[in-house]
Amino acid sequence: MNLTFTEEQDELRATVRQFFADKSDEQAVRAHMNLPSGYDGDLWTQMAEQIGLAGLIVPEEHGGAGFGYKELCIVMEEMGRVLACAPYLATSVTATNALLQCADEATRNSLLPSIATGETIATLAYVESSGCWDLSEVNMRAQSKDDGWLLDGEKGWVLDGVAADVILVVARTETGLEVFRVEGDAEGLTRSDLPTLDLTRKLAKLSFASTPATKISEGDQSEALERVLALTVVALAAEQVGGAQACLDMAVEYASTRLQFGRPIGSYQAIKHKCADMLVEVEFAKTAAYHACFSAADEPGELLEAASLAKAYCSEVYFHAAAENIQIHGGMGFTWEHPAHLYFKRAKASALLFGDAAHHREALATIVGL
Amino acid sequence: MSEYRSMSEDEVRERTRALLEKIHPEKSDSVTFRRAQYDEGLAWIHFPEGYGGLNVSPKMNVVVLDEISKHSSVVYNDPPAGLIGIGMGAPVLLTYGSEELKKTLLPRIFSGEDIWCQMFSEPSAGSDVAGLATRAVRDGDEWVVNGQKVWTTVAHLSKWGMLVARTNPDVPKHDGLSYFLLDMESPGVDVRPLYQITGEAEFNEVFFNDVRIPHEYMFGKEGQGWRVAITTLMNERVAIGGAGPRKKGGGSISQLMKLWSEREKQNLSPGQEAVMRDRVSRLYIETELLRLTAQRARAAQKAGNPGPEGSVAKLAQADINKRLWETAVDILGSKGLSFEAGYELRQSAGVDASSTEAFAKYQFLRSRANSIEGGTSEIMRNILGERVLGLPGEPRVDKDVAWKDVPRS
Repeated sequence: MNLTFTEEQDELRATVRQFFADKSDEQAVRAHMNLPSGYDGDLWTQMAEQIGLAGLIVPEEHGGAGFGYKELCIVMEEMGRVLACAPYLATSVTATNALLQCADEATRNSLLPSIATGETIATLAYVESSGCWDLSEVNMRAQSKDDGWLLDGEKGWVLDGVAADVILVVARTETGLEVFRVEGDAEGLTRSDLPTLDLTRKLAKLSFASTPATKISEGDQSEALERVLALTVVALAAEQVGGAQACLDMAVEYASTRLQFGRPIGSYQAIKHKCADMLVEVEFAKTAAYHACFSAADEPGELLEAASLAKAYCSEVYFHAAAENIQIHGGMGFTWEHPAHLYFKRAKASALLFGDAAHHREALATIVGL
Repeated sequence: MSEYRSMSEDEVRERTRALLEKIHPEKSDSVTFRRAQYDEGLAWIHFPEGYGGLNVSPKMNVVVLDEISKHSSVVYNDPPAGLIGIGMGAPVLLTYGSEELKKTLLPRIFSGEDIWCQMFSEPSAGSDVAGLATRAVRDGDEWVVNGQKVWTTVAHLSKWGMLVARTNPDVPKHDGLSYFLLDMESPGVDVRPLYQITGEAEFNEVFFNDVRIPHEYMFGKEGQGWRVAITTLMNERVAIGGAGPRKKGGGSISQLMKLWSEREKQNLSPGQEAVMRDRVSRLYIETELLRLTAQRARAAQKAGNPGPEGSVAKLAQADINKRLWETAVDILGSKGLSFEAGYELRQSAGVDASSTEAFAKYQFLRSRANSIEGGTSEIMRNILGERVLGLPGEPRVDKDVAWKDVPRS
């Protein structure tokens, strides 16, 4: 596997980077994260319409751009770099993958085109009150009624769960784990925003009380859902790399210009060596994330291992970079005014989402037979 | 120098076959064959004609080897003890040596008849090697050398040594050095094994007591020793770090995983087992990333777009390798208390690979050097911080100061 990007992919990166530099600077991020939905609808529309990001991995026959995971990796990395506020991970990554992996043709035909245009926001709900990210911990049972289904119970930590127009709910039937479609305004569905550690990504708790649902899968989806989650953490790992690189850049920039005792603090080895260690980790994290994205694109057999490897490694690297960035900025790094805390919170939140580093090291250990 | 003439791979193969017709490895000894190989210009193929080469691209060196191994069950590779001479000595000799020295010594380097060693580091000049203190004082047509070198690989086998010594202490450190070729059999040269943490001696200390070197054995001009030394180091063939295993799960991690698979021998409690399993998993991740990062670096270099991924390997590898073998010994638990190989002081016998356990215990000790040899991890962090990240350097107290006035331990 040759872990380098093509010229076209480099161009995509440049375009996406420029787009977010223009539309999602720190001031914009602070404004967007305070909006009720947690993102700016205009920016979302522009992301979808101007550069086709919403439907990046939606196949062309469903109105998407038909790109693969390498391109998605680039977009996630660039969004992570600036903490772009958007329901991207929810709808364009997780829900899109769930539809591609699990849904019947009719559902794919009905949902993917409007996801690709950004008009429909979809999300996946599977974790329950245990807070465990293992699919085996899904206990919600779907009840069949007449020619439809009813759902009861709770789902937690749902990405953009309040903003979502469509919720893909994982619940059990007699055949195993299946995926159900629930409309955002469905009867008996109560949605509430969680007060989140990370201000730049919304999470919700969803309560279902005899909520009508449509089953969109056929038969047990356990394996398909494992792939969906793996594909999600691969994208998240790429996002973490972008954030970690941003923290390193910020720290180096500050260490080069901040003077104490008559010299830049970056000339002291105590600071310089921190930055060097961050550099090593960020480069390794890039390797991990790119390898995972390239595996997702070209080596599906390697996906689960590569995904857990990347999520375990990139989670710790991002958090370490974000923490060191605060330390290197000293008192300024601890203030609300400085963006360091936004990255620090995103880093910890993305580390915990979809299984933390220890969870994925454990998963990896099992996969490679330790 | 770098204007190589073009020669097709076919022609290189043809010339190699012509060599094999004259003399075949299966019917000759290493010295005879490698001397013939030198005479045909197939030793260092990028060297000029008449000096062991054909003045063609160094990429063709592997073609020669490939063709030999196609036609012979016996291949006389570079003798391990000769690597320093072949990789570093020969290019320096070619650039700076007199015509007579080149003609006499180059074939002997390639044939393995003469072993070379490199004498730069000193007890008081490790990371700051340009601060070295071994003195060379001019006496007529000779230089008289006094001082001590350390970490000298194969010195006890060497005929020739590449020596950097201080010829002028009254100028800043880099400006007062000169480079000499020293006959290691000269009176006053004393080579002693340097026993290390494992009990073996991979390296030597070399003492100089009024050693005399003829002036014509100075490489470059007086005071240019640092520049010549840099040329030597740039030719270093053996890159420490950066390579790593090319195969997934290969190298050190396979040894650790083997020990882990035999963990039932150690009676770990469930809690211990969970902790150790996490450590092993972490090391699996890191060794895999070491391998893949090297792969990414090679691909980027090939694409003409090298980034920082190539420069982080040495630092990362040292740290990972040390932790890997620490973990290995921890898995062994009480068995880690014994050291069956013993600490009998001896010249290097190489790695004890009699069993995975013995190998792990040996590596546990040997790997401490990983973050010291070939540039300490602290120096590597300075290099990454300053050259890759562009952070400002430290104020230097030894800059523009005569070497003799710089404090030293």
